Amino acid sequence: MIESAFSEYFGKSSREAYGIALFELAAKDERIVALTSDVPESVRFSKFRDSWPERFFDFGIAEQNMMSAAAGLARSGKLPYVSVYAIFASLRAIEQARTDIAYPGLPVKIIASHSGISLGPGGPTHHSIEDIAVYRSIANMTIAVPADGVETAEIIRASHSLPGPLYVRLSREAEPPVYQSEGIFTFGKSRQVRGGGDITIIACGAPVGRALNAADQLINQGIQVRLIDMATIKPLDKAAIIDAAKQTGLILTVEEHNIIGGLGSAVAEVIAEAGIHAKMLRLGIPDEFTLAAPYQDLIAHYRLDEVGITEAVKALLARYT
Amino acid sequence: MTTKYSLDKLEHLCLDHREHIIRLAQKHEFGIHLGGSLSLTEILISLYFRVAHNDPNNPNWPDRDRIVLSKGHGNVGLLTTLAMRGYFTLDRFVNFNQLENFYSMHADAHVPGVEHSAGSLGHGLSVSIGMALAARLDKKNWRVYCILGDGEIMEGSVWEAFMSAGHFKLNNLIAIIDRNKLTQENYTYNVMDLEPLASKGIAFGWQVFEVNGHNLTDLHTAFAAAQPDKPKMIIAHTLKGRGVPSHEDQIKSHFAHLSPEQAKAALAIITQERARLEKV
Repeated sequence: MIESAFSEYFGKSSREAYGIALFELAAKDERIVALTSDVPESVRFSKFRDSWPERFFDFGIAEQNMMSAAAGLARSGKLPYVSVYAIFASLRAIEQARTDIAYPGLPVKIIASHSGISLGPGGPTHHSIEDIAVYRSIANMTIAVPADGVETAEIIRASHSLPGPLYVRLSREAEPPVYQSEGIFTFGKSRQVRGGGDITIIACGAPVGRALNAADQLINQGIQVRLIDMATIKPLDKAAIIDAAKQTGLILTVEEHNIIGGLGSAVAEVIAEAGIHAKMLRLGIPDEFTLAAPYQDLIAHYRLDEVGITEAVKALLARYT
Repeated sequence: MTTKYSLDKLEHLCLDHREHIIRLAQKHEFGIHLGGSLSLTEILISLYFRVAHNDPNNPNWPDRDRIVLSKGHGNVGLLTTLAMRGYFTLDRFVNFNQLENFYSMHADAHVPGVEHSAGSLGHGLSVSIGMALAARLDKKNWRVYCILGDGEIMEGSVWEAFMSAGHFKLNNLIAIIDRNKLTQENYTYNVMDLEPLASKGIAFGWQVFEVNGHNLTDLHTAFAAAQPDKPKMIIAHTLKGRGVPSHEDQIKSHFAHLSPEQAKAALAIITQERARLEKV
């Protein structure tokens, strides 16, 4: 958080911010091309498409073809940004992403929208709660989950000079704002959003803002929460996790993802292998298929809202202190 | 940088290509992808020695034509061609499938001259489309040649690619389908019928040629034909295991080791063919 100018990305959803940030980037570098599968409006490519139609490619409803074609474009000197719903980027076209893009380490940026349960009524066919788990197990991949619009813009700017492939998961809905102004994003470096010594919340994506609001309330009850925005899932900021585990002893992870294979799993692996002692709770989507309902209702249902996060913090503290 | 070898010279090179593969199949008891490499001989030799612009001394020359082997299991055929063309020496991959190198069962782009790693079927044509779009965007004249297996086109992703190449009117893309009519375990018409393939190609917006894939003149007529505002598809009718009497057009040719007798019979044919060419 830098205190200078108020960001133009403040309050915008990550996908909204992506459209603007990519447009700014593409204006400066004509190697950038944009690929989608029939959803240019949904992934906020319209301005890009209208400004540089020759650099914009809509492959129709054919994600596998699109993903491999991105590899071919990258092999020929282009910097492709591939955007489609996260469910299709992570499952329908995953072998293409793995074998054609990740194996050769090509500079293809897969910026997936509508991740998690953010397309609420879309239901399980359109919810993406496995994408982190899938991409995390693919070598050469970098994975980022911005907390809000401001951080999205930072990540998109940073993506330009990232030499290899990148997966970014964006939300359809506006995330609660976390950052007031823009800074420089470094892949692999987490950010401590607020300090505290009783318990650490490690979150990514929209849950960061909700956890921040919850933490601000919990202070009234005498609970000091440290909040870490783990915007890069891979490479993971192990040092920050170990420090938090050592210093607060209690770790709550929050993510809009299946609790298996996501941020919580990644954090647990670090703590287990570090040989340190910390108590943990993973808050996320339980290992079941999601329901179809308005987004805010789903967030409440899965206890991922401020109330749910507050309860989880108290439960952890009650259990172990 | 085009070599533009004569068709007569290519005949000799094709025999050299087959001989090397046959000897490799005898040497490697584990077996090699024999059949699908021998069905590619004339296609690969034509592309690398006459049709495509390439430079073995500069494999990453930006203006080279791209040759993508989508049926990555034809890698022995590809590596043999690349070695003959001068990208590396033939002995470089005689001991292939070893830890210390990338000369292995499936095409790997760590090897000089290999444009894209392949082995999982149904990827190469889509990658080729990306390359062709990049060439068009940069207003470059280089072309993309993609070699597919016929069994491979059972993959749905290939039809996505057929559709988009037609839609984008990629007149710098040429797909060659090695129509040997055999998959790993059966004949294509038993597994999943592909016909009428040429009609399907036309319906997807391609210019389609059907040729004898072992006849260099036929192949060159198709390669040389003017390409209108659409991608070109060359359906090359071939025989899996071409030139090995014990394995030609047989299921067992897919992955095979040749006994000394089997190899000897195949090499005898090559000797006869060489003698025939000398007389002409």
